[in-house]
Amino acid sequence: MGLEAKLTRDGFITTTIDSVIAWARKSSVWPMPMGISCCAIELIASADPKYDIARFGSEVMRFTPRQCDLMIVAGTVTYKMAQVVRRIYDQMPEPKWVIAMGACTSTGGMYRSYNVVQGIDQFLPVDVYVAGCPPRPENLINAIMTIQQKIAKTKARDYQDKPLLVNTEN
Amino acid sequence: MDIKKNIYSDEKLLKKLLEDKDIIIEDALENEMIINMGPQHPATHGVLRLVLRLDGETVLNVVPELGYLHRGYEKMAEEMTYIEYIPHTDRLDYTATMCNNVAYVLAVEKLLGIEAPKRAQYIRMMVSELSRIAAHMVAIGTYAMDVGAVTMVMWTFREREKIQNIFDRLAGARFTTSYTRIGGVASDADDVTLKMVREFLDQHNSALDEMDKLLLRNKIFIDRLEGVGVLPKQDAIELGVTGPNLRASGVEYDVRRAKPYLFYNEIDFNIPTQTEGDCLARYYQRGEEVRESVKILYQILDKMPQGEILANVPKHVLPRKEEIYTKMEELIYDFMLINYGINPPVGDVFFSVENPKGELGFYIVSNGNGHPWKLKIRSPSFCNLQALPIVCKGAMISDVIAIIGSLDPVMGEADK
Amino acid sequence: MEFEKLVINKIKSKFENSIEDISNFRGDLSITISKDKIVELAKFLKEDEELHFETCIDVTAIDWATRKNRFTVVYHVYSYKNNFTLRLKANIDGEPPQIETVSNVWRSANWYERETYDMYGIIFVNHPDLRRMYMPEGFEYHPLRKDFPLLGIPGSLPLPDKVE
Repeated sequence: MGLEAKLTRDGFITTTIDSVIAWARKSSVWPMPMGISCCAIELIASADPKYDIARFGSEVMRFTPRQCDLMIVAGTVTYKMAQVVRRIYDQMPEPKWVIAMGACTSTGGMYRSYNVVQGIDQFLPVDVYVAGCPPRPENLINAIMTIQQKIAKTKARDYQDKPLLVNTEN
Repeated sequence: MDIKKNIYSDEKLLKKLLEDKDIIIEDALENEMIINMGPQHPATHGVLRLVLRLDGETVLNVVPELGYLHRGYEKMAEEMTYIEYIPHTDRLDYTATMCNNVAYVLAVEKLLGIEAPKRAQYIRMMVSELSRIAAHMVAIGTYAMDVGAVTMVMWTFREREKIQNIFDRLAGARFTTSYTRIGGVASDADDVTLKMVREFLDQHNSALDEMDKLLLRNKIFIDRLEGVGVLPKQDAIELGVTGPNLRASGVEYDVRRAKPYLFYNEIDFNIPTQTEGDCLARYYQRGEEVRESVKILYQILDKMPQGEILANVPKHVLPRKEEIYTKMEELIYDFMLINYGINPPVGDVFFSVENPKGELGFYIVSNGNGHPWKLKIRSPSFCNLQALPIVCKGAMISDVIAIIGSLDPVMGEADK
Repeated sequence: MEFEKLVINKIKSKFENSIEDISNFRGDLSITISKDKIVELAKFLKEDEELHFETCIDVTAIDWATRKNRFTVVYHVYSYKNNFTLRLKANIDGEPPQIETVSNVWRSANWYERETYDMYGIIFVNHPDLRRMYMPEGFEYHPLRKDFPLLGIPGSLPLPDKVE
């Protein structure tokens, strides 16, 4: 299964700190479900018995940003909401990742109107864009796996000098 | 109210505190607290923001703030043709996509003065009832989750997945279906789909019984909800509350019965009502409505007529895809309808249907062009939310969570 | 429709000179009345024993852009007793356009009028709490007016700074 598969008779392994930390990080990505609109229902559906996001270690949805490392922005971000999304992003501790779930979040989608932000990458660094309106749960799970691959490549030292919170005022 | 009278002997001050006005933090009296709840909060069902004025744990006043999901539906409708707008209706009440599709095309058909064939109407009726069950499954599941019974959401979503499988086969999409067309439906329901519906129905009642066993003999669940958040009958009527929330307060009003649309007058069904008007009554109400929908669906399956699924009105109804590629005349009509729109006569209509959340109405003003001059959505969640301050006053702060869950707003349609 | 005739007769006898138009399109009865009589009519419709229009289900407005009376305020009221929906209309003009509020008669109109104010900039006089419903406070425009572009006015709504 996991670590015990590597276990030989003597019971120790040799590895690098980098890969141990990256392995631990990628296997327990805790999402912050920023459920704004329609995609939120599919986000719940991806946690239901049929799709079961728990298989990838991401079922622990925390509604407080302090305990999360992956923000899934699920739904149309309006200008009024953008301030809130940014603020919640700031409250998440480093290291953190962002999934833009669905067409509206990625590009504005079918809402070319006065109050919809045409893509959250105007103010957030997005790691994975998920296509679909809304994406099927399989697609979201694929995005989480992509994030895991990305995390697996990180080095522990990358985050050495970064403060836990960028903006401590919040 | 009595508790508050003891604290505030000054009648004028009390009256001022209870007014439905904006609350700012500077207003707070010495013994009070102003708390912000939302827009990102697990219990607000989306992006609803509440500003609460508290005295200890008692809620003195609540001011809801909307608009965090205002996407400009009504403005966009003025810039697109009637056919283009169908996919947008999916995303109004996104828990019950099919119901919105049906409501919109029925409003446009009323404006045009045409009628879909009988089989199409029956299929529409079938999908809106399935959608109603799916929406109530989300409502019940998240409601139970809000008050602490997390298992429930897994069970209700298991049932919802089965319905979405049916939609997947019928419309080609499991969630945002855009299934109806002006003058009919997009594709015919074949025997396999109808069989899937029947199989779903056969096991659904026992699944509902299982869910009831989980909650209704649960002392914590009952104690948490009984007598909490009472919405009196008269207030409910005056505030324009509709749907399950109104019926839970004892008003027997259902658009399917009051102004029958589709073929609901051929179907035999009851309108369940409760009398208490509290959070528990609203839970029971949704459960009973699902059982009623199952009954309706059985009748629809038995009575399902054969025939066409698109009306034969070439000036207003899109031709079938296979005909466009083989016949000249159909190709021309398709071209005209897509480019210039269906051009309804000058006039304005209001049409409403019974959605899972309440009465969804479309008010369309046409000036004879391909675009609506104005399209107004009368969304039930918006109207139901207006009752929130009335219901919350005098409750405890933890009850606010239960009350929002029981009113079950969907911000997609409340904010438009 | 007997009830429809009753409604028309009752309103005609009481508001003979203020009625501007009565029309029926696709079975929807709509009555246009001059704007200064709207509260009086609302009170009459609600309190009359036979009519009993006790709830207002929708308030909105139409922007005619180039017409003389630029805005039409549209009310939909419903009578549970008689199962009948009636549409009321009132034409208004001026900048800002003003009309008396009906939220003192029908409580549900409170939020609908706030929404209409937000979207069209119509001032509802004597409204208890006339704030914007959807758009943020401090936004200068009214989006559903025909002179407001679909994509909005650049810079009118602030975006947060980009994360570096």
